[in-house]
Amino acid sequence: MADLKTLFRRSGKRQREIAEAVGRSEGAVSQWVNGDREIPADLVLKVEEFTGIPRHHLRPDLWEKTMPNAVDEAILAAPDLTHLQRLEAESIHIMREVAAEAERPVMLYSIGKDSAVMLHLAMKAFAPGKPPFPLLHVNTTWKFHEMIGFRDQRVKDLGLELHEWINQDGIARGINPFDHGGAYTDIMKTEALKAALDHFGYDVAFGGARRDEEKSRAKERIFSFRSPGHRWDPKSQRPELWNLYNTRKNKGETIRVFPLSNWTELDIWQYIYKESIPIVPLYYAAKRPVVEYNGMTVMVDDERMRIPDGQKPEMKSIRFRTLGCYPLTGAVESEADTLPEIIQEMLLTTTSERQGRAIDKDSAASMEKKKQEGYF
Amino acid sequence: MDAQNDLLSTDIEAYLKQHEQKSLLRFITCGSVDDGKSTLIGRLLYDSRMIFEDQLAALEADSKKMGTQGQNIDFALLVDGLAAEREQGITIDVAYRFFATEKRKFIVADTPGHEQYTRNMVTGASTADVAIILIDARRGVLTQTRRHSYLASLVGIRNVVLAINKMDLVNYSQDVFNRILGDYMNFASGLSLENIVAIPMSALAGDNITEKSGNTPWYMGQPLLSHLETVETKTVDRTAAFRMPVQWVNRPNQDFRGFSGLIAAGSVKPGDVVRVMPSGRESQVSRVFLDGDMPFAVAGQSVTISLEDEVDCSRGDVLTGVDDPIEVSDQFEVTIVWMNETAMLPGRSYLLKLGAKTVVASVTALKHKVNVNTLEQVASKQLAMNEIGLCNLSLAQPVAFDAYDKNRQTGGFILIDRFTNETVAAGTIHFALRRAQNIHWQAMEVDRAARAGQKDQKAFVLWFTGLSGAGKSTIANIVERRLFELGKHSTMLDGDNVRHRLNRDLGFTDGDRVENIRRVGEVARLMTDAGLIVLVSFISPFRSERQMARELLPEGEFLEVFIDTPLAVAEERDPKGLYKKARRGEIKNFTGISSPYEAPEDPEIRLDTTALTPEQAAAQIIDALEQRGLLRGAGL
Ligand SMILES: Nc1nc2c(ncn2[C@@H]2O[C@H](COP(=O)(O)OP(=O)(O)OP(=O)(O)O)[C@@H](O)[C@H]2O)c(=O)[nH]1
Ligand SMILES: [Mg+2]
Repeated sequence: MADLKTLFRRSGKRQREIAEAVGRSEGAVSQWVNGDREIPADLVLKVEEFTGIPRHHLRPDLWEKTMPNAVDEAILAAPDLTHLQRLEAESIHIMREVAAEAERPVMLYSIGKDSAVMLHLAMKAFAPGKPPFPLLHVNTTWKFHEMIGFRDQRVKDLGLELHEWINQDGIARGINPFDHGGAYTDIMKTEALKAALDHFGYDVAFGGARRDEEKSRAKERIFSFRSPGHRWDPKSQRPELWNLYNTRKNKGETIRVFPLSNWTELDIWQYIYKESIPIVPLYYAAKRPVVEYNGMTVMVDDERMRIPDGQKPEMKSIRFRTLGCYPLTGAVESEADTLPEIIQEMLLTTTSERQGRAIDKDSAASMEKKKQEGYF
Repeated sequence: MDAQNDLLSTDIEAYLKQHEQKSLLRFITCGSVDDGKSTLIGRLLYDSRMIFEDQLAALEADSKKMGTQGQNIDFALLVDGLAAEREQGITIDVAYRFFATEKRKFIVADTPGHEQYTRNMVTGASTADVAIILIDARRGVLTQTRRHSYLASLVGIRNVVLAINKMDLVNYSQDVFNRILGDYMNFASGLSLENIVAIPMSALAGDNITEKSGNTPWYMGQPLLSHLETVETKTVDRTAAFRMPVQWVNRPNQDFRGFSGLIAAGSVKPGDVVRVMPSGRESQVSRVFLDGDMPFAVAGQSVTISLEDEVDCSRGDVLTGVDDPIEVSDQFEVTIVWMNETAMLPGRSYLLKLGAKTVVASVTALKHKVNVNTLEQVASKQLAMNEIGLCNLSLAQPVAFDAYDKNRQTGGFILIDRFTNETVAAGTIHFALRRAQNIHWQAMEVDRAARAGQKDQKAFVLWFTGLSGAGKSTIANIVERRLFELGKHSTMLDGDNVRHRLNRDLGFTDGDRVENIRRVGEVARLMTDAGLIVLVSFISPFRSERQMARELLPEGEFLEVFIDTPLAVAEERDPKGLYKKARRGEIKNFTGISSPYEAPEDPEIRLDTTALTPEQAAAQIIDALEQRGLLRGAGL
């Protein structure tokens, strides 16, 4: 049962406003709110009218409960929304706006934890129906095998439509993460993504990026416009007021929409835990074969891994904070095999999750540049 | 991230429970250029240990490279994440950062101080509960301090922290602090800010940020972080009347029809009687739903609601309770903040988005703009970028709304340019100028169809647009002669003639041009009401005004005729000698020379006068009218 102070706070009315409305001093109102003095009987109905707080809460000694039309007891007693509930509501609101206003929306599904949360939210947003858009996975062909298996199972369980896109030209040219470094990401991810969006004619694409990931993401709008050719112009972003999104675009423009913009890494994990959202088992610690490669601990996921001279795969208990192409994703040594342990490790760690991604290390402004070129 | 907390290492489950219950506070930093906003946020993140080792190493390296703080850390680099910002040492766009303490979770938006980027500041402010307004102790209250305070107040922020910063540069002087505080309070008394707390600070040195500073023994209040942890803000009102703008109609199969949206106020539960606005139809809630049924839902939650009856309800409608019904109107008094390089002109039409509803709207009157320095009301004909004005707004159809003071989500709107698609303004509704329910059009027995029928014709408007000297009037005259021969009743509105009479009070500024066309459009509409064919021959250089005229008429009764003559050819003809004068600078705002002409993108009829004689052009128009069936009798 919520106390009177909470009810007054939730009414959204300030003590000064209440005082004005009922013709008493602010000091008097403050005494009522703090329970130091009772609200005079002749003012109760006025206070009820102005604040919406039912009379039997204002003076339980004078009025019995069960007023017709009164707000339900359970509603008054329920705790304030938590920040996770607020984030959930915001993300769902964003997805529905896109569904209502886009011509051909698509959800970029990259199989990681953020995608898992995004997909879960999409299922909620349109339940009992299905999300009115397909999923798109840009496959570099170097993803962990377990990721692909997980992806196919998930899509089947949920009864969704998924398009996979592979840059066949890149495959034919033998582009791989060992020999082609930055160009590999360019060709197999960025170029492939652009080609896929153009091929299917998608005008709006959801991505699971968060603002806490990296400093140029922290600057990006929730609805992020891309000029023809998928370029991002960070210097002239549209104003974005309240939760009113202007989705009107000019010829050739597309929009990337980030419903998880305001989530942090901790929020994602906590939500996965609370909602029991399935995630790829690679996030949990297990004994896996690894080698040291490029200053990172890399898992030998298949025979294509180029094992540096003098090394042999070693079985270690490891897990991943983030998932991508296996030769470019650093593992952390860990014993954490439950969600709370993972969260605990994450909170006690002293490095950021992006440290495990080779792509971000190139230069301080690398992510901004990549995004200008069309990277998600 | 709040590694100080013991529970984290001893009892993670308990820690998570505790963390989950934390409330959320959204705040912004704002104020004038270089007052230290970004530095303050960097400092807050750093002092609350939100920076990872790898990020810290990168920050140290960046600071050395940029060299702005000698060998020391430049905290602003933590938030100024764009390459252009780091090069220029300024903030251009909002950065959102996240941190948590044992008591609260915070989302902070660091906004830019430069006037040029004011709209980015408004973007950050629109979702904030608290504003930290920074002041450089050496410079005191500046125009930008006032502008940001005004905007914060306008978007409904009531809690302000006045951070008087760079106290290290004024010897932590209490006199300086008091003088600035006095100045600010003088100004702020004209705003609706309620809770203003002033703190002496040095963002650079870390005074009074997370801990009380020994350098300001005279300061009796809390350090910034403790204040942010405890400040009480207005929460969403769950005892208020229910409001939910419908975003999406969920109809997966024959058996389920639900209305999805984010609850803007109040609460809802199965059994409640709700009203669909603006139509006013009522029904009872049968289910409240997200991924399962819910006993109730409150403001701030996204849900799907299904109703007992098959009532008509679509995206843009608002579900409301029956106790405190939402208002419905098509005319409002509003405040708008203009955010576009192209000035706002009364009369021009824009798209307005309010909740999930998008409608055509135009500013019918700009009552005044606000001088943010003095809060004086200044008369004006237009609003330039970053200016704030009080206006009357007229919508093409009635919408459900609340005053912004009552609810941000049902009372805040944006305006969108119909051609560039940019968001050009943010606005807040004060009140309706009239209630739409009360308007009754005079129902006429002799109506427009009857009048046209009597003349055995169809009424429509032929709107000739093109440069001066393109040949509009010449061609229009021939067309009218042909219509006359065919027994049609018509009339002609010609630019020059109308300017001599009806519109002789108007000049050639952009604002006057808009009003000119608005009046001509209205006159043309009245004439078609009378059953006439109206030939309008006006340069009408702006697309948006022609669009506005088009919308005054029923679909298919407005035909845009583009007399397409290249500028060089029109200037060469120069029948009235006007181009020569314009070139000599004797005529200001001359279309094609010193004022733009926006060619139609998709006119009904386009005539290339370099390849046609005026007679041929007129014949083509008559052909086109015939093909559209517009020259047949009224009944056919
Ligand atoms: N001495 C001193 N210098 C400060 C303090 N706070 C900020 N500065 C310096 O003031 C300059 C501007 O700081 P920023 O944090 O970039 O200012 P800003 O308000 O974010 O600027 P814009 O976002 O571009 O409007 C930098 O050189 C800072 O180091 C302070 O408390 N004391
Ligand atoms: Mg800054």
